[in-house]
Amino acid sequence: MFIGYFTERPYQDPKSGYFGATGKPIMDLAVSNDMYDPELGAELYNRYLDEKIYAEEMGFDGLMLNEHHGTPFCMGGAMNVEASILARITHRAKIVLLGNIIPIWDDPLWLVEQLAMIDLISRGRLVSGWVRGTGRESVAHNAPPHYNWERFQEAHEFIVKAWTTSGPFRWEGKHYHFRHVNPWVKPYQKPHPPIWLPGVVSRDSLLWAAKERIPYIMLATEMEPTKQAFQLYHDTAKELGYESGPQNIGYLWKVHVDETEELAEQAGRKYVQGPSNPFLAGNEGTFNPALATLPGLTSRTRVLPTQVVATRARGGAAGVLGRPYEQQIADYTIISGTPKTVLPKIRHVLEYIRPGSIFFWDGDGAMTHDDAMRSLRLMGEEVIPAIRDMAQELELPGPFEVDPATGTRLEAAPVTAQNADSGSGNGAPEIKA
Amino acid sequence: MTTSTEPWTEEIVEVAGTRLQLVKGGSGAPLLILHDELGHPGWLHFHEALAQQHTLYIPFHPGFGRLEGLDWITNMRDMAGWYLDALDDLGLGPVPAIGLSLGGWLAAEMATMCPGQFKQLVLVGAMGIRPPSGQIYDMFLEVAKQYLTVGYFNSANTPEFQKICPDTPTPEQAEAWEMAREEACRLGWRPYMHYPSLPPLLRRLRKLPTLIVWGRQDAIVPLSAAEVYHTSIPGSQLVVLDNCGHHPEIEQADEFVRHVQAFLS
Repeated sequence: MFIGYFTERPYQDPKSGYFGATGKPIMDLAVSNDMYDPELGAELYNRYLDEKIYAEEMGFDGLMLNEHHGTPFCMGGAMNVEASILARITHRAKIVLLGNIIPIWDDPLWLVEQLAMIDLISRGRLVSGWVRGTGRESVAHNAPPHYNWERFQEAHEFIVKAWTTSGPFRWEGKHYHFRHVNPWVKPYQKPHPPIWLPGVVSRDSLLWAAKERIPYIMLATEMEPTKQAFQLYHDTAKELGYESGPQNIGYLWKVHVDETEELAEQAGRKYVQGPSNPFLAGNEGTFNPALATLPGLTSRTRVLPTQVVATRARGGAAGVLGRPYEQQIADYTIISGTPKTVLPKIRHVLEYIRPGSIFFWDGDGAMTHDDAMRSLRLMGEEVIPAIRDMAQELELPGPFEVDPATGTRLEAAPVTAQNADSGSGNGAPEIKA
Repeated sequence: MTTSTEPWTEEIVEVAGTRLQLVKGGSGAPLLILHDELGHPGWLHFHEALAQQHTLYIPFHPGFGRLEGLDWITNMRDMAGWYLDALDDLGLGPVPAIGLSLGGWLAAEMATMCPGQFKQLVLVGAMGIRPPSGQIYDMFLEVAKQYLTVGYFNSANTPEFQKICPDTPTPEQAEAWEMAREEACRLGWRPYMHYPSLPPLLRRLRKLPTLIVWGRQDAIVPLSAAEVYHTSIPGSQLVVLDNCGHHPEIEQADEFVRHVQAFLS
């Protein structure tokens, strides 16, 4: 079992009067950045990095980052900057990027270089995920949405080739053209950092992940459609002639642990307050319907069972929740409680979906630094050790234990020297070709 | 898909390497109508009026109707090049043409490549030029219904607006809008609905009689773009209609038809 920690790094500004249940509603593209407070921004970026360091200390295997553009619910507009800092200030955990929005960049060679540098500085701890991005990403960087899927596939092929093929070479594709590819940086991991794919709605993307034999991570979806979508992955793998398993699938959802049930409820309710992502089920905010239907961004017909749920969360009247807190508690898309009460619920999710990777989405919405740190401490002390036992018992290997491409068990790599300033080593397993 | 009760017919024709959905109606010499960014809205009053003296040819641009588009068409100049080939196959020699909004941009690009293709040209609220003041309204930051509403000075006072944009569109209508938006996106995502080199190339239209028709209150393509068309095409005429948005052919249909008929005759 691979256990990761995630927060979307919301721009929390109680003074603004905006943001969900605590104030004026927001809709995508409808809030000007003239309200942006640099002092607050500086504080929050440092806070979220501090929480990541603590998450590593508390035993998380992965520190997950994501990227969105032009929105207060996610401050990671340049996620690779955060990842670069984590590469240097953390020592053991994987840096899991879910992911770079590859179709929106006209120069994927720059990603080849950035990501290889992060992999080198972290000495091989990068997990390099790709996403297609939502409408706001295409709008923010004026990337052509109708070529999103074509550009995604071509950029992936180009980046992998640039990581694995000796230069110089020429690339003349449909969307990208380079006459002299010869970056003076190569990834630490061989043949290249693992590539994962997170998603919510696109059937094309999930089938692509199955075809490429790379792990697919479902983001904050309801359990039943998630299970159906994962079954589609497993069925596709079988058709393609390989056996997929827990190592091929991951699930991210909202889990918060606290000292008492009262504190857990107070903090848990903050998930649906503050500037949280209106694209994902149950959050506050109103999805701009034009962004949901940006022409050609996602196939209108080739969608996953989870799409229905994702759609339900969007586009309602301003300030109206897609699904109220109580309903999310009832269906386990939010789990909040003391270690004693969250563990049986987490076990239920693991038994039902059988993922090899899980990500706890915490410290989000209107949660404070203190809320996040209490939860991280309790996760480290009580929850993570118990989940490791559960995963053993339920036979849920992660993608660093069993190779998602071949189904063969991976041996832990020998201890390697980590960042020079730490002097400490670790037993992080190495992905084999 | 011919119906006997309608004053028009629809057929699929093989032209320029693909299948084209073509609406035809009326009698008399051919008149080509190039539809706007949301596709052909159906047979309207202005069609009926113009069809009294002309046989209207209303092709669905590739990708805008029920048929798939052409993968190699990635910008308006590709589309214009394909269209010239298609008009050859249709036998539409020097033909009068009306280009509406995105269709006006298309017509202008075709005319710069091959001014002899057209006998006369009518550009109506045409995209294609970056307005020197104001900006072309961003159709991709709105849903289709909202975009349609912005296109009228007074949609409540435009009887045909309900037909074009009903309160509850049928699933077929909604799907047609999405198809059109997707193709419009391929043609005009960036630069947004214009091409910087169009104005200097428009000089080639100096021997082509050109009428530019604009609504004074056009909130989609500002009037300043009409003035650039007018000054870039030597000898062109500019008609600006009052109390009129982006669709003179619908919102001020009678006056529009009167100007067009006078120009074509």
